[in-house]
Amino acid sequence: MMTPVKNPETKVKQPGESLLKRLVRQQLFIPFAALALLVIFNLIADPSFFAVSIKENSLGNPVLSGNIISVLDNASELVILAIGMTLVTASSGGQDISVGATMAIAGSVILRMVCGGQVAADTLQMPLFLAVLIGIVVTALFGAFNGTLVAYFKIQPMVATLIMFTAGRSIAAWINNNQLPIMNDISFKYAGTFLPGIPVPTPIFITAFVILVFWLVLKFTTLGLYTQSVGINANSSRLNGLDPKLIKLLTYVILGVCVAVAGFIRVSRSGSINYSRIAENIEMDAILAVALGGNALSGGKFNIYGSILGAYVIQFLTTTLYKYEVPSTALPAYKAVVVILLVVLSAPVVREKLSSMKKAPAKAAKEVS
Amino acid sequence: MKKVFCLLLTLCMVLSLAACGGNSDGDTAPADSGNSAPADTGSDAQEPAAGGELITVGVINNDPNESGYRTANDAAMRAMFTEENGYKATFYNNNDAAQQIATAQQMVQDEVDFLLLSPASTTGWDTVLQDAQAAGTQIILFDRMLEADESMYVAAVVSDMPAEGQTAVDWLAAQGLDEYNIIHIQGHMGSDAQLGRTGALDAKVAAEGNWNYVTQQTADWDEATARTITQSVIDSGKPFNVVYAENNGMARGAVAALDAAGITHGKDGDVIVMGFDSDKWAFEAVLEGSWNYMGLCNPLQAETVDSIIKDLAAGKQPAQKIIYTPEQGFDCDTLTQADVDTYGT
Repeated sequence: MMTPVKNPETKVKQPGESLLKRLVRQQLFIPFAALALLVIFNLIADPSFFAVSIKENSLGNPVLSGNIISVLDNASELVILAIGMTLVTASSGGQDISVGATMAIAGSVILRMVCGGQVAADTLQMPLFLAVLIGIVVTALFGAFNGTLVAYFKIQPMVATLIMFTAGRSIAAWINNNQLPIMNDISFKYAGTFLPGIPVPTPIFITAFVILVFWLVLKFTTLGLYTQSVGINANSSRLNGLDPKLIKLLTYVILGVCVAVAGFIRVSRSGSINYSRIAENIEMDAILAVALGGNALSGGKFNIYGSILGAYVIQFLTTTLYKYEVPSTALPAYKAVVVILLVVLSAPVVREKLSSMKKAPAKAAKEVS
Repeated sequence: MKKVFCLLLTLCMVLSLAACGGNSDGDTAPADSGNSAPADTGSDAQEPAAGGELITVGVINNDPNESGYRTANDAAMRAMFTEENGYKATFYNNNDAAQQIATAQQMVQDEVDFLLLSPASTTGWDTVLQDAQAAGTQIILFDRMLEADESMYVAAVVSDMPAEGQTAVDWLAAQGLDEYNIIHIQGHMGSDAQLGRTGALDAKVAAEGNWNYVTQQTADWDEATARTITQSVIDSGKPFNVVYAENNGMARGAVAALDAAGITHGKDGDVIVMGFDSDKWAFEAVLEGSWNYMGLCNPLQAETVDSIIKDLAAGKQPAQKIIYTPEQGFDCDTLTQADVDTYGT
């Protein structure tokens, strides 16, 4: 689906290495393996999982329907957040845990703008484009706030973003005077549902567009390189003429923009908002997506496509669990299992053990001779 | 600079931790659900000019952002218990029962005259109730019940949740469908509203052969989760003809999924949509026939609570211990604009 950015080291072929070993070394191995596992499970348990049909929605438009479409559609917010989260992780070696709360802020701002301060509005009170732009500016500012704390005051990212994590939803409520605004204009919901006449859910297009933008940015600018070098060693990148603080700040602002887009999709799905519930715990999923993509949570090298794939895997897992009617309250427990596996597999002790196990036969052979 | 800032930040956190431990004065800002309440704008500072005539009340409620119902409920309480109405009130909002209990403890220690409670969970309140009794603080429950002996509180102004559920189930039974294949979307598990609304339906499904659950899931009052649950049923291709959502927000989420799949609902539709609470927009959805039924859950208990307190202050005990707010179910055939104007919030 995506062209993986090859790490230089994975390119180096060692003579005599089996294909499997080289595969396992690939960073994208874990998310692909997880995805394959889920696909195989669903194929065996119930192949109708993959059925896609065309239905007519209540507005008379033909729309695609099926679990796979649901996965691609519902993963949209998470994918967009995971992209921004990867950059933040790479540059600052920490995660922004406030993305759910700032999504609430973005949604609240956008709804306040399009509703013109009323509790319920039947028509857009402001061009949608402008409202989204204001939402982007607001969350970019909140991103800058987080980024400043992290980059200039050198506060641990998790502690710095804890502030917005705690306060964000109250701020979101305050923006709309504690009202729960409702936007009834159908054109507001285009972004979260379907455009008239187009059978594919709009969030899929928005996500594809965001991925394309980041692909272009990473390909044609030095953002990726700078972010990695700052994450690997801030001091030496400073000595090489980069400004690590500015780059860290920049990644947080970029995440802020991603948050606004994700928040817009989320409120656009229903035309309303519930401050304490919207995008609850999504920050954990976003971080999990980054980890699942094989990115080190301590920063440095990153692979944005790994995170994107990770996000789709998480949504695939969620949709699968819903299909088998696992209680929605039990979902976090299943995700926890994934986290445990990932953490254990990436722990240095386990890695050492694994690699020594590979070497063990060779060593034994040496000793005998 | 960094050190100074860190110090400031630490101070902030310590202070907010202290606020967690149980703050007695009112917070004007809504508390963040599940987290500590933001530091207060102390109402202690504004000593009333009238002196000792004011009745002190502590109001413990859920997060006003939880749902439209709660927003209306919280706003009504705040509008009623003001200095103009003879009260010195402190408010606390949190969906976390543990935080509520800690704050209640603090309010009892501060010797408020009345403690008004809308408990987030029905259990765990024994110590607070005993302490309150010992301290002479009278407890009035509003909106939600808790599990305790009746002698522990002076009055309860609540919605009769089991009756709400029963009314809704009776209405559904009266629709005379050949088969009931129900998507049941539950509220926050263990809350009074969820227990009551689930109980009636569970009993009916167990009793009748042609009543089946297609799925029974909690969406925790969340619209997006309700949409996902409904979508997953649609994707699985299982037939269903009833969506029984335990509040309006979740019904709205389910309807969004139905609309996306082109499944007709409401009056003359393939799927019966049922919600609860009192939101005006939901009334309008029923009125225009997009939904079939809404069980009214009246959020406006403030006036009743006020009159009980005034009576108690005058030495008059309330006639009944448990006072149920008047409620009924509305369906798309009988709902009128007048009802919407009267009951919609």
